[in-house]
Amino acid sequence: MPKVRSLDPRINRLGIDDDLSRFEPEEPLEQWPTYEVFVQPSRGDQHQHVGAVHAPTPEMALVFAKEQFARRLKCANIWVVRTKDIYYTAYEDEDMFKPGVDKSYREAFGYKETRKKIEQFKKQQS
Amino acid sequence: MKPELKSALIDLVFRLGDDDFILGHRHSEWIGIGPILEEDIAFSSMAQDEIGHAEAYYQLLHEHFQLPDPDTLGFERPWQEFRCAHLVEYPNKDYAFSLVRHFLYDHAEHIRLQALQKQDVFKPLKELAKRLLREEKYHVFHANTWIVQLSNGSEEARVRLQTALDEAYPMALALFEPNEHEKTLVEAKVLPSENELQKEWLRAIQKVLEQTPLKLPENPQWEMHKGGRVGKHTPHLEAIIEEMTEVRRLDPQAEW
Repeated sequence: MPKVRSLDPRINRLGIDDDLSRFEPEEPLEQWPTYEVFVQPSRGDQHQHVGAVHAPTPEMALVFAKEQFARRLKCANIWVVRTKDIYYTAYEDEDMFKPGVDKSYREAFGYKETRKKIEQFKKQQS
Repeated sequence: MKPELKSALIDLVFRLGDDDFILGHRHSEWIGIGPILEEDIAFSSMAQDEIGHAEAYYQLLHEHFQLPDPDTLGFERPWQEFRCAHLVEYPNKDYAFSLVRHFLYDHAEHIRLQALQKQDVFKPLKELAKRLLREEKYHVFHANTWIVQLSNGSEEARVRLQTALDEAYPMALALFEPNEHEKTLVEAKVLPSENELQKEWLRAIQKVLEQTPLKLPENPQWEMHKGGRVGKHTPHLEAIIEEMTEVRRLDPQAEW
C-alpha cells in the first residue's frame, strides 16, 4: 500500500497508509477533568484566573499549568482548582448586579464631600 | 590553568552540551504528536530548554576556550567528535520510553549541576549551573509526577513503563562511564567521581520508584552502552545528526 510522503521525516517513519478511505478512526477516549488555573505574578499579588488545563490529578494539573501559563508570564505561585468545585451565579440573574435606584451616596466619593464640610466647620470655629 | 585541567574542562562541557543537544532533538520529535495537548506543550517546552542548555554550554566553550561559535559546534562537528551518551541517541519508541529516559536523564543532570554549582575552579560554569538548575527543577518535577501517576494507573501503563525502564536503565548507567579526565576533575575539585555521582543518582531515582510498582532491573548489562564519552556511538547518532543538520547544510551562511 502507498505511504503518506511528507517533508517531515517523523511522518514518513510512521508509515501511514495514504488512502484515507482505509482509515479507521479510533474510539474517542475518556477525557480528564479540567482544573482552573490561577497565577500570582509576585508574592502579595492577588492570584489571577488565566485559563484551564485537563489533568487526572491536582499534581498533574500543576505540572501542566506551569508550562501552559507561566512560561512567559511573570509568576511567583500557581493555584489549581477543580472546575467542578467552583460555584457560580446564573447568567439569567445578571440583572441583580445592576442597581435599581440611585445609590451613588454609598460610593467612596461621598466621603470627599464630608471632608469638605468638616474643613468648612473648622474654619467657622477658628 | 594547567593544560590537563583545561582539556578536562573542555571535555566535560562537551559531554554536558552534547547530551542536552541530542536529547533536546529527540524530545522535539514529539512536537505535535504528543499524547495530549497539555503534555505536548510541556514536553516541547522542555525539548527547547535542553537545546537552550546545549547552546549555553557551547557558548562557554566559545568564550573561554576560543572554540568556534555554538552553531558551528552544534551543527558542523562530525558525529565521531560528539561526546554524548548512548542513552540520548536511541530513537523514541512509545511515550513510556521517552518519559522514562527523561526521568533517568534529568535526575542525572540535576545531580551533576548541583555538584557544579558548588565548585569554584571554573566560575562561568558555576554561574551557568545555577541558572540551569532552575529549569532542571521543573524537569525533575514533571518526570517524577508522570512516572508516579502513570505507573500506578492501568496495567498497560505499568507494563509499558517497566519495559522502558528495563531497556533504558542500563543505558542510563553509562551516563557515568569512567573517562580519562575524571581523575583530573576530581583532584581539582570540579566534580566528585563518576561512581559517586552515580550512587547519588541511584538514591534519587529510587526515592521516586519506591512510590511506584516499578522495579529496577537486577544485574543490568551496561558494558555495551559505554563508549559515548570517547566517541564510540550507536548508528542512531549519525542518523539524527544527518536529519538535524539537513536544512543548515543547504546554506550554512544563511542569516536567520
